[in-house]
Amino acid sequence: MDAQLLTYIFVGFSFALYIGIAIWSRASSTNDFYIAGKGVHPIANGMATAADWMSAASFISMAGLIAFLGKDGSVYLMGWTGGYVLLALLLAPYLRKFGQYTVPDFIGTRYYSNLARLVAVLCLIFISFTYVAGQMRGVGIVFSRFLEVDINLGVIIGMCIVFFYAVLGGMKGITYTQVAQYCVLIFAYLVPAIFISILMTGNPIPQLGFGDTLVNTDTYLLDKLDKVTSELGFNAYTENTKTKIDIFCITAALMFGTAGLPHVIVRFFTVPKVSDARKSAGYALIFIAILYSTAPAVSAFARMNFIDSVQEVNYQEAPGWFKNWENIGLIAWKDKNDDGLIQYSAGNALNEVKPKFNNKKGSSGERGLDNKSDMTNSNEVYIDRDIMVLANPEIAKLPAWVIALVAAGALAAALSTAAGLLLVISASVSHDLLKKTFMPSITEKQELFYARCSAAVAIFIAGLFGIYPPGFVAQVVAFAFGLAAATIFPALFMGIFYKRLNKEGAIAGMLAGLVVTSIYIINFKFININLNSSENWFLGISPEGFGFIGMIINFIVAFSVCYFFKKPPDSVNQMVDNLRNP
Amino acid sequence: MQKNYWRSNLKIVSILLGIWFLVSFGFGIIWSDFLDQFQIGGFKLGFWFAQQGSIYFFVLLIFIYIHLMNKLDKKYKDKSGKDN
Repeated sequence: MDAQLLTYIFVGFSFALYIGIAIWSRASSTNDFYIAGKGVHPIANGMATAADWMSAASFISMAGLIAFLGKDGSVYLMGWTGGYVLLALLLAPYLRKFGQYTVPDFIGTRYYSNLARLVAVLCLIFISFTYVAGQMRGVGIVFSRFLEVDINLGVIIGMCIVFFYAVLGGMKGITYTQVAQYCVLIFAYLVPAIFISILMTGNPIPQLGFGDTLVNTDTYLLDKLDKVTSELGFNAYTENTKTKIDIFCITAALMFGTAGLPHVIVRFFTVPKVSDARKSAGYALIFIAILYSTAPAVSAFARMNFIDSVQEVNYQEAPGWFKNWENIGLIAWKDKNDDGLIQYSAGNALNEVKPKFNNKKGSSGERGLDNKSDMTNSNEVYIDRDIMVLANPEIAKLPAWVIALVAAGALAAALSTAAGLLLVISASVSHDLLKKTFMPSITEKQELFYARCSAAVAIFIAGLFGIYPPGFVAQVVAFAFGLAAATIFPALFMGIFYKRLNKEGAIAGMLAGLVVTSIYIINFKFININLNSSENWFLGISPEGFGFIGMIINFIVAFSVCYFFKKPPDSVNQMVDNLRNP
Repeated sequence: MQKNYWRSNLKIVSILLGIWFLVSFGFGIIWSDFLDQFQIGGFKLGFWFAQQGSIYFFVLLIFIYIHLMNKLDKKYKDKSGKDN
């Protein structure tokens, strides 16, 4: 059977499974809808958290990014796992003990202020929509490449599926669907990784394989990769290119940002007991670590394979995947020296970096480009890093069913994260904005109705992001983590560990973190884009890492301001004492 | 009594976070280049901590925390005899 038919079967089967689970686990109360009735087993919750967390970015983009960044890519590996230690030790058990529905709920109650609640809701909605936009692009890419469906139709199918189980099932439906999605995505990630590891090194465990010798030689894979990348003018694969302070700050911003992401935190509200919240953070990290420890192996294999299979190859004999991805516009080739051979090396192949295709054909049959060649280097290949994981099985010539599996896995990753995000958006609108702030008199039934409506509206907006992707998705991801680190994490952390903090201090801190981080990122990413280089950065810290500085500013402002105002009332002291008790 | 519980909790958390900092920011970033002179298999040690080792330690740390906290909870629950 060919890959496309198999892909239809795998994707169709997985979608049927998700819908079946949704029907079986419908939500009947707000308690079910927001936090799954607090009845989720810690292992199931660990899987659901892992699926919730591992987005299209983790599944599709991360290994590709690391393949091209080399050692610098470790900021994502450490940043997106280390946050769980903070979450497990500093936040999850206490927030579960608090026992309410949403993250702004905690902030509003602990700082006895609806203003604090509103600031939190604003940050939450911004962070979550930023994220959703990226998921929908992921769904679009997979549909268009593997099912040869129009991107827009793909996004609409994805929206319908998410609509069905998120609106109907709420947190309960999402949780059990995410468990299934985790199984699909991890299987889909591991199978090709294991195959490729065996092919290249003979070692079936990818985590060990990429530190092993290449088949039939005494050369270590990483040594060979260092040598090849240096020869082509890149930095050696296992060496850093970014400065230490920048790597430090990016890692920290991603870690503290992870611990402050509302859609992850809210998962710990769904387990029965406080001790289960700790446990499920542990399981979640195991399930995440399985993918995250495999990813750098996939990166190293992919980089090696990519170079091996295109370097000095005649375009007319280039592998099929090269032309398939060229047709979608994510690979481009410009024959700078007119020898008909593909040459890949450091530097941009094209002026203006991204390819602009026209309808002509080049002399070897490649797609014509309106871009001029960048003659400062001899690289002829433009490649979008997002395709490495998806193309990897084809590059390694794995069987068709593996390729189909990867497509189903990528969709599972994108849909599960999208659903989790849509749910926190809808819960914060119906619970924090309506019930707790503007319409306190609504009944539980009405609240549930509004929760479903806001989920539906959120899905609609997310779909629009997928069909008309804003060009700034990649830029705003830094923003989402930066804001979570600079606003939500400190507010939660001090709320538990620093009793003296009153509402004035907390609000001033959050606003300071929000404003400083936003100004820095907006300045370098949207206004003065040409100044976005290390000479102009504050202490050499890139916008991606600035959330860490924003967090420190939040702490300093909160500590200073809180001494000028009254202590928090006794009821809040009691509440915090209660959180801290066993 | 509650104060003691909270104090033991803070102690556990600070020690574990100390290790958390050491394996990631320490071995994976600050002293990573220094550790790169040692090699295990095909991995330079600093590179291994940055892309593999830190993740394994994170998992381990959470499970040590779960274990210690369950023990602590039990100790104080037995004394006070109350639930959750």
